[in-house]
Amino acid sequence: MHRQGTSLRAYVLTRLALAIPTVLILLTMVFLLMRVAPGDPITAALGGRVSAEELERRQEAAGLDKPLIEQYVEYVGNSLTLDLGTTINDDRAVTSIIVDNGSATMELTLAAFLVAILVGVPIGLLAGRYRDTGIDISGRMFGIVVYAAPVFFTGFLAQLLFSNVLGWLPSSGRVSPVVEFELNQVTHFYLIDSIFSGSWSQFWDVLSHLILPAVTLGLLVSGVLIRLVRVNLLQTMKGDYVEAARARGVREHRVVVNHAFRNALVPVVTVAGLQFAILLGGAVLTEQTFNWPGIGAELVRYLNERDYIAVQGIITVFALAVVVVSLVIDLVNAYVDPRVRY
Amino acid sequence: MNEPLLSVRGLRVWYGTEGRPVRAVDGVDFDISAGETLGLVGESGCGKSTLGRGVLGLLPESAAVEGQVRHRGRDLVGIEPRELQGMRGPELGLIFQEPMTRLDPLLSIEDHFLETLRSHEPELEKDEMRRRSIEALAGMGIPPTRFGQYPHEFSGGMRQRIMIALALVLRPSLIVADEPTTALDVIVEAQILGILADLRRNFDTALLLITHNLGIVAEACDRVAVMYAGRIVEEGTAGQVFAEPAHPYTRELLRSIISLSTSWRGLHYIPGAPPDLIDPPSGCRFHPRCPNAMRVCPERDPVPLELQGGQRVECWLHGPEEDIPAGGKEPLEREEIALAEEA
Amino acid sequence: MRRPRWWKPVANARGVPRWILLTGVGLVAFFLLLAIFAPLIAPYGFDQVTADGVRFGKQASPDAQHLFGTTVQSTDVLSRVVWGSRTAIEVVVLAVVFSLAIGVPLGLISGYVGGRLDRVLVLISDALFAFPYLLLAIVIAFLLSDTLGQGVFTAAIAITVVYIPQYFRVVRNHVISVREEPYVEAARALGAPRRTIIRKYVLSNVIQNVPPIATLNAADAILTLAALGFLGYGIQPTEAAEWGYDLQRAIDDAGAGIWWTGLFPGLAIVLLVTGFTLVGEGLNDVLNPLIRHRRIERPEIAPAGGGGALAQMADEGFGNPEVRRRE
Repeated sequence: MHRQGTSLRAYVLTRLALAIPTVLILLTMVFLLMRVAPGDPITAALGGRVSAEELERRQEAAGLDKPLIEQYVEYVGNSLTLDLGTTINDDRAVTSIIVDNGSATMELTLAAFLVAILVGVPIGLLAGRYRDTGIDISGRMFGIVVYAAPVFFTGFLAQLLFSNVLGWLPSSGRVSPVVEFELNQVTHFYLIDSIFSGSWSQFWDVLSHLILPAVTLGLLVSGVLIRLVRVNLLQTMKGDYVEAARARGVREHRVVVNHAFRNALVPVVTVAGLQFAILLGGAVLTEQTFNWPGIGAELVRYLNERDYIAVQGIITVFALAVVVVSLVIDLVNAYVDPRVRY
Repeated sequence: MNEPLLSVRGLRVWYGTEGRPVRAVDGVDFDISAGETLGLVGESGCGKSTLGRGVLGLLPESAAVEGQVRHRGRDLVGIEPRELQGMRGPELGLIFQEPMTRLDPLLSIEDHFLETLRSHEPELEKDEMRRRSIEALAGMGIPPTRFGQYPHEFSGGMRQRIMIALALVLRPSLIVADEPTTALDVIVEAQILGILADLRRNFDTALLLITHNLGIVAEACDRVAVMYAGRIVEEGTAGQVFAEPAHPYTRELLRSIISLSTSWRGLHYIPGAPPDLIDPPSGCRFHPRCPNAMRVCPERDPVPLELQGGQRVECWLHGPEEDIPAGGKEPLEREEIALAEEA
Repeated sequence: MRRPRWWKPVANARGVPRWILLTGVGLVAFFLLLAIFAPLIAPYGFDQVTADGVRFGKQASPDAQHLFGTTVQSTDVLSRVVWGSRTAIEVVVLAVVFSLAIGVPLGLISGYVGGRLDRVLVLISDALFAFPYLLLAIVIAFLLSDTLGQGVFTAAIAITVVYIPQYFRVVRNHVISVREEPYVEAARALGAPRRTIIRKYVLSNVIQNVPPIATLNAADAILTLAALGFLGYGIQPTEAAEWGYDLQRAIDDAGAGIWWTGLFPGLAIVLLVTGFTLVGEGLNDVLNPLIRHRRIERPEIAPAGGGGALAQMADEGFGNPEVRRRE
């Protein structure tokens, strides 16, 4: 296939350049957010539990005595090099939190994303194709209800049904303690590692723990996808090129699938990227519901302990992750759609 | 004389609305022979586009069709949709007005051709399909090196040529071209017209050329049909219609053409606006705007006549005498067309 | 009083969009009633654990006295669901009103004035958009809880901040497209002051886009509120009943097979959010010209009135059109 190589390259560079102000703004926002509350984080976390000198020492170590501008610059610089400080309470490097728990969250998020696409796209396409029929209405209702049900409610029902009543699947955790101990962790993605290990019982253990949380979270996002795919399809079906294809005698089925479906799905790639933000938010809730040891669970823990530094670090990582994913999505989009290049 | 390739009799196309239907085509008859180009002219909103699509059966769901459209003896109205769909491409072709949006942005030109060919001749080898496609494109002046490119890489004129090539690749016997050059500039227009002219020479294709541009018609068409308010009011060879227009509307149209010799003082136009197709004027539909209107015109529908030389017209000016009641030939009295109606 | 411009398509809606709208309105109205008349409908108070001196059972299954059963804290589930409606409606109304009050004017001004102000605001809004809104709400609630305590107000503000960019962006984009319309230019040429132009021409045009977004935001707001409650950053249990909080308590019950503590609050959330969403989708279907779909019937063609001669001939048989020849 013939492509204008320079225009793709130009697009990539421009897009990268545009990401920079976004990142800066997000970092600034996080910085300001964290300093909105009166008093300083250290005192808020530890005040009353530690001696005054210790407080002061820690404040100095955290750089809180420096002027605000300096703190800001330091923060931005550190964030970009991924030096996110140490937590107040348990003296853990924030980056280690990310590393240790990040894979769990990623595994959950990716699995949920897969579920969302596998469920959402076909239903959305069918609903749009058979507009205003029973298929359309039930598809839309499904999408609406599934989004209306909070993750922790769907999770609650899932646990009731599949763990309690049917006993098919475990209700919480990422893996059984025994398996966790035995598993040879190469990639930290337990599903992949268990495949490598070749043991069916290990694989099933990991998978059975993953199913409920991934499906619960995935269904939520599929609701959004259904609506978007449907609306897109309705518009593309009216497209001029669709009519032209029909005028050339191309069969209706082919016209719908090859032209309407394909063009309808192109913006979905971008939209899917936007769902990543929803997925991250939902991941936090899902991890709480299912005791999934991811970053979201850690975030909640540190929030409860009022550990500002940890919270700041984790939020920063989330913000950067969203920017990166959005960037990747845009690049994929440019590759898929020949028109989107500067 | 040979049987014409296409014979249309009593064709009506009415569009449904939330109120009463729009009578876009209201009783039309004409023939086109193989290798002949029939130009269909009229103002915007006279129904010519609907007529073109109605002949091919490419109308929206809300359109009702009645009448006969005989292609090689077969009536296309009421035919099995699948059969009709099968004819599109090998027998029937349509060239659209606006080329910019008619190609799928995600597919290359090659993909478009392969899709069309596969839909009608699936047994063909892929290489044979490519060869034919490139040949069709070459006929349009598009080099084979650009075969794999995407629509957005072509200009408007080139896209129209690609569309024509796509319509031609299966050598249909009848092509309807719906204002094919309206959206293009004059130079490209000339090229396209040249291509269309070659069609009838090389492939004996019958062409229904729909346009509001009388200049194109004079240049490119063997015969002309003038359409007004859903009916064909005059039809004949290009020479006849342009040299001796029989219908007042045709005459007024020709006088309105602006040329280098037109002075601004001499700007001619037809007063009034095209009529409402939901409730068209009674009798002859042109009577509110006709400078020669007589008393009989709003009273009775004009009878289609054939004049000496074969020109056909429906206008009371040409009779038939026996159908006009006494006093019917008096000039019609009517109010000055209010300025408001001009809008 | 003149009806707003969007009323006509809404009143004329038929078929599927109509049912969607009606169902949605019905659901929302139901919960509104619950919220307004909570004291009359709920059998007990939201944190009431005794009646007539007798303490309620703990995690008791549904019976005549407690139609939806009781929770681990011995509160009546049904009452908490009803009182929860009041909390939800209160917070959502506050949040939507605040977001509108800030987001719409900001969008108007930014879109109309343009320039550097606009560019900066758009950049900020896009960045905010990129951020997972739940996390943002959590963080804000977390920060505000130190100063304002954990109540209806805090939750409302957290949600407000998250949705301002939505209104801002939609309004701004619309203003920009309307700004270049000829009638606005004409008004400018006639010397109308900026304020008048914005208010009279731009605002009224833009306003009709807002209701669908507002309802969809209301739906999201309830979900966010519940999420905050679930995580413990929502309303304090002593201050009001909140569905999300109840669900947090209920998760532990699932293991023991106790279903009533989670099912009813959860259903309430689903129904109310669905209600708002249906109203929003219904409005969108009806108002959005891109996907509006009027069902049009194919007409009956009346028998030939004009040009009868030839049509008759077509019926009788085929052949050359016989036309009268002129001598």
